[in-house]
Amino acid sequence: MVVDQMSDHEVDRLFHALADATRRDIVRRVMHGDCSISELARSYAMSMTAVQKHVIVLEGAGLVAKYKQGREQRVVGSLDAVHRAQHLLEGFEQVWRERFDRMGELLSEPTPGG
Amino acid sequence: MTVTNVLRDPSNCSMTVTAEFDAPVDRVWQLWADPRQLERWWGPPTYPATCLEHNLTPGGMVKYLMTSPEGEKSHGLWRVLEVEAPRLLVVEDAFADDTTEIMEGMPLTMMRVELAARPEGGTRVSIHSTFPSVEAMEQLLEMGMDDGMRAAMGQMDAVLLD
Repeated sequence: MVVDQMSDHEVDRLFHALADATRRDIVRRVMHGDCSISELARSYAMSMTAVQKHVIVLEGAGLVAKYKQGREQRVVGSLDAVHRAQHLLEGFEQVWRERFDRMGELLSEPTPGG
Repeated sequence: MTVTNVLRDPSNCSMTVTAEFDAPVDRVWQLWADPRQLERWWGPPTYPATCLEHNLTPGGMVKYLMTSPEGEKSHGLWRVLEVEAPRLLVVEDAFADDTTEIMEGMPLTMMRVELAARPEGGTRVSIHSTFPSVEAMEQLLEMGMDDGMRAAMGQMDAVLLD
C-alpha cells in the first residue's frame, strides 16, 4: 500500500471545495449515482455554466470526476472507501499529535504527576 | 517532543504514529501506568478524562469518563490484553455505558503502545491503532477530537457520511 499524504495545498483545495453548500450537495448526490451536468443544473435551478464551475472546483479537489457519455457530460463521485479512510486517519493523527503535545508538557514538569 | 513518523494504511484502517521524548522509558511509561497522569493527556482540555478504574494487567480494565464542554458525560474503557512494563501495552479501547460496562455493537479500537530507549537518550513511543471499519472511524472521531478539528471534519462528514 502506498502511503499517500496530502500536502497543505491539497487540504486547502479540499476545504475550499467543501465550503459551499451547493458543492457539498453535488458531492453527496454523485456518490449515490452519476448525474449529468444538465440534470444538476435543473435541480439547482442554475445555468449549466454555473454548475460546470462548481464541478471544476470539486474535480480539482479530487472529490468528483467527469466523463463523457454520448454528447452528455456526466459527473461521478471519486471518493472511494480508501480515500475516506485516508481522510479519517488524518483526523486520528491529529488526535495523537495533540495527545503527544500534552504528554510532552507533563514530562517537562519537575515532579512526575505533580 | 517531536512526532517523527506517521504511517497511514487506509486500506487496513490502521495507522502508526511515532514520537520521541527526552525523558527516559520508565518516566514515559508512567504516563500510562499512573491514572492521575493518564487522565491529564488522554482527553483534550475541552473534554477532560477522569480515570475511574485502573488495572494495567492482562485481563484487567482501565475505565474512564470524559466530560464534554456542555457537561455531557461519556464512558470508555480499555480491555488490557498485553502488558510488559515498561515497554509494551496492548489494549482494546471501547465505549461503555453509564454502569461502565462495555457497550456491545460500538466500535473497538486496537491500540498497541511500544516504548523503546533511544541510543542517544530519551524514549521513542509508537502508537499503532487499528479500527474495525471506515464507518467505525467516522463514529469514533466524533468522540476524540477538539472543536476546531471537529468543525473541519464535520464539514467533510456532512458530505461523506450521507
